[in-house]
Amino acid sequence: MSAVATPLRRPRAGAQGLSGGALGLGVVTLWLSVIVLLPLAAVVDRSLEGGLSAFWNSVTSRQAIDALRFTILISLAVAAVNAVMGTLIAWVLVRDDFRGKRLVNAIIDLPFALPTIVAGLTLMALYGDAIAFTRWAVLLALLFVTLPFVVRAVQPVLLELDREMEEAAASLGASGPTIFRRIILPNLVPAIVSGVALAFARAVGEFGSVVLISGNIPFQTQVAAVYAYKQLESDNVGGAAAVSVVLLALSLLVLVALRLVERWGTRHDG
Amino acid sequence: MARRSLRFVALAYLAGILVVPVAVVLVKTFEPGPASVWESVTTPAATHAFYLTVLVAAIAVPLNTVLGVLAAMLLVRGRIRGRALVEAVIDLPFAVSPVVVGLALILLYGREGWFGDELAELGVRVIFSLPGIVIATVFVSLPFVVREVAPVLREIGTEQEQAAQTLGASAWQTFRRITLPSIRWGVAYGIVLATARSLGEFGAVSVVSGKVSGETETLTLLVEKRFENFDLAGAYAASTVLALLALATLAAMTVLDRRKAT
Amino acid sequence: MNRTKTIDKLRSPLAALALLPLLALGACGGADDGSSASASASGGGEGGATLNLVAYSTPQVVYDEVIPDFQKTPEGEGVRFKSSFGASGEQSRAVEAGLPADIVSFSVEPDMTRLVDAGLVDAGWKNTEHDGLVTTSVVAFVVRKGNPKNIRTWDDLLRPGIKVVTPNPFTSGAAKWNLLGAYAHGGLDYVRKLITEHVDVQPKSGREALQTFTGGTGDVLLSYEYEATTAQKKGEDVEYVIPDDTLRIDITIAKTAKAPAAADAFLEYVLGDAAQQRFADWGYRPVNETVLEKNREKFPEPKTLRTIDDLGGWEKIDDDLFDPEKGSIAKIEEEAGVSTAK
Repeated sequence: MSAVATPLRRPRAGAQGLSGGALGLGVVTLWLSVIVLLPLAAVVDRSLEGGLSAFWNSVTSRQAIDALRFTILISLAVAAVNAVMGTLIAWVLVRDDFRGKRLVNAIIDLPFALPTIVAGLTLMALYGDAIAFTRWAVLLALLFVTLPFVVRAVQPVLLELDREMEEAAASLGASGPTIFRRIILPNLVPAIVSGVALAFARAVGEFGSVVLISGNIPFQTQVAAVYAYKQLESDNVGGAAAVSVVLLALSLLVLVALRLVERWGTRHDG
Repeated sequence: MARRSLRFVALAYLAGILVVPVAVVLVKTFEPGPASVWESVTTPAATHAFYLTVLVAAIAVPLNTVLGVLAAMLLVRGRIRGRALVEAVIDLPFAVSPVVVGLALILLYGREGWFGDELAELGVRVIFSLPGIVIATVFVSLPFVVREVAPVLREIGTEQEQAAQTLGASAWQTFRRITLPSIRWGVAYGIVLATARSLGEFGAVSVVSGKVSGETETLTLLVEKRFENFDLAGAYAASTVLALLALATLAAMTVLDRRKAT
Repeated sequence: MNRTKTIDKLRSPLAALALLPLLALGACGGADDGSSASASASGGGEGGATLNLVAYSTPQVVYDEVIPDFQKTPEGEGVRFKSSFGASGEQSRAVEAGLPADIVSFSVEPDMTRLVDAGLVDAGWKNTEHDGLVTTSVVAFVVRKGNPKNIRTWDDLLRPGIKVVTPNPFTSGAAKWNLLGAYAHGGLDYVRKLITEHVDVQPKSGREALQTFTGGTGDVLLSYEYEATTAQKKGEDVEYVIPDDTLRIDITIAKTAKAPAAADAFLEYVLGDAAQQRFADWGYRPVNETVLEKNREKFPEPKTLRTIDDLGGWEKIDDDLFDPEKGSIAKIEEEAGVSTAK
């Protein structure tokens, strides 16, 4: 129990090595800065090249706002579905046993390995007539593309879970669902939130698979990434950068919020 | 009972969302027959694309693995201010659409980019060459190992490491013998996901590679090119290679782990 | 207690090191996926130049034949080629951002103008015998086998219930030609009716639009003549119709300012009889008059053939119609979206 109750206990001074120390911090900061922050800074800079008014105009056009709203909403929906189904699938893969389980476990990662154009093509081939070029098509494409996130985030944690508590609770007469709700789930929350955050972020940025199956109907199925691409194609680089910056900022907000929820959740544990 | 129905729901969902589309890819790949498929994946362009893709992943994934584990340790156990913000920054690569990744890298390293002049002077080409492809791939696969390892680190706590330290173990020894083994599944899955992502990255690489056939064309770009040229069977064949590479990674991780476990 | 796992972390870098020599092997033979593959990359002769060809996607099949042909001529012997094909706008932006290029070919003039503005292509690129063009084509309708709905003219597209597929002109600059064909026929009113009442989906590119169409969507696809003929030659089951009045599509080609002398030789070859015949075989209308006449049967002259100049030229068109905020067609697209949005 104590291993679960102390995840946030700060290590004692002498144990700084546990976290990698100053060198580790320096290396990680450098890596994050060069790989992530620097490129994004270039985009922000470009988006502001025309001044704040140009930036504002780019992101408040009707199409831009609608694309942003559609993107965020559908990504939240995708995140929610993944939270439930991803946990369920991880559970089945870790705790259950059936023929072909190994194979099922293996193919979970395939949505990542398949280039997005293939995802779009196959979904169109399969579900084309029924739902092509609708919001459902976009949802389906995004569910495919984000499948591995929550599953692979929860699996390792489930594998490491100490079963003693569950067994103790069971011997005291607690039912399956109760054990899950009160003992297992709280330990999974950080992993679930972690996976959900990634799924959300990925859905927000997705382009390749969606653009084929969505039909690009403005105000209906146009995601922000496609809208940004259109600006780029029309030589409106500043506009593309501006929309992307807004998308990033919104995603950042949601991601930070999710993380805070996660932190609050674990702090109230035990 | 509950077990069965859970299993059913999970498998049904997977079937609809994942298995069937993947099966479609396989069916369409082998439609023209195995000989044709073999020919399709062994053309000079395909072979080169294969090597290039694997090379890029072989550079990007280890980088992100080492730094990812480090970052996870810092986040979970270190003293960092604004931890939530740092974590969100790590997740950002996914919120950035591939189009924008490419744009960002061109804004930095392109002919008129921030470092354009310096690079030109040094005669170094980043964009439209291997380094650009690697950077784009590192960017998109960056969060995986961190995100897989962090929850596990949180779950296992620091007791054992602290015990080891009081017994005199150095930081490195503690890490190697205690921390690493307990996060092995997190690391393994992180590597698998990062590899799969590196293999399958298309959008960002499409912008920064220049698509020079036989030089900077990755497998995903080859898929697109074949699609453009109405060689759908060839496109599917190349996709199957990608899928097999991803499966191979998972197999490798599983085998390695099994051999190490006592 | 579990054993140490250091060796695991070493495996990946080891694997990478092991792969490097394999890559070196692979890089030597790297070449195009095209039919006459090996010739193009391995032609490195004594002191031979290397030409970088950067072009839009569709004519790859033609260049796969033209390049080896050229390498067999005295001017082309020993010339190596590196080629890159992709969406016209993307390729143009890549060259602007530093992609090495000696010969460039785009399906819309603004993609060339971009390079002129960047100082990469001479402003006088159009002063050739054929006004800077390598081939032309015409806007055509791709219809279902047997043309069951009997679609032959622009006005047929506006018949009740007819569903039209056309690629989005804002994601694909090359797709502007299709709507310009409509515009040339009936002006903005026609375009408005077409988009608002008959166009439900606008795929990202011409190729994707064809895929969408062959997948069962729509009754007619707006396309280029050569896109249809190339698809046919590649085994796709498509039928096309050229309306009586249509728009000429101009395909540009030029060498970049810093291109070596071999680029001039290649340009001359591409406009010569042999290469132009290759283009004709794939369905591109040659600009070389001799070859065009020889293939007249394949390329009937439409009764009314308008050009972009008749419409005011690219700069005016781009500003008036395709400006993403103020352009007339942009506004039409927005209205269409609003009116059909839930």
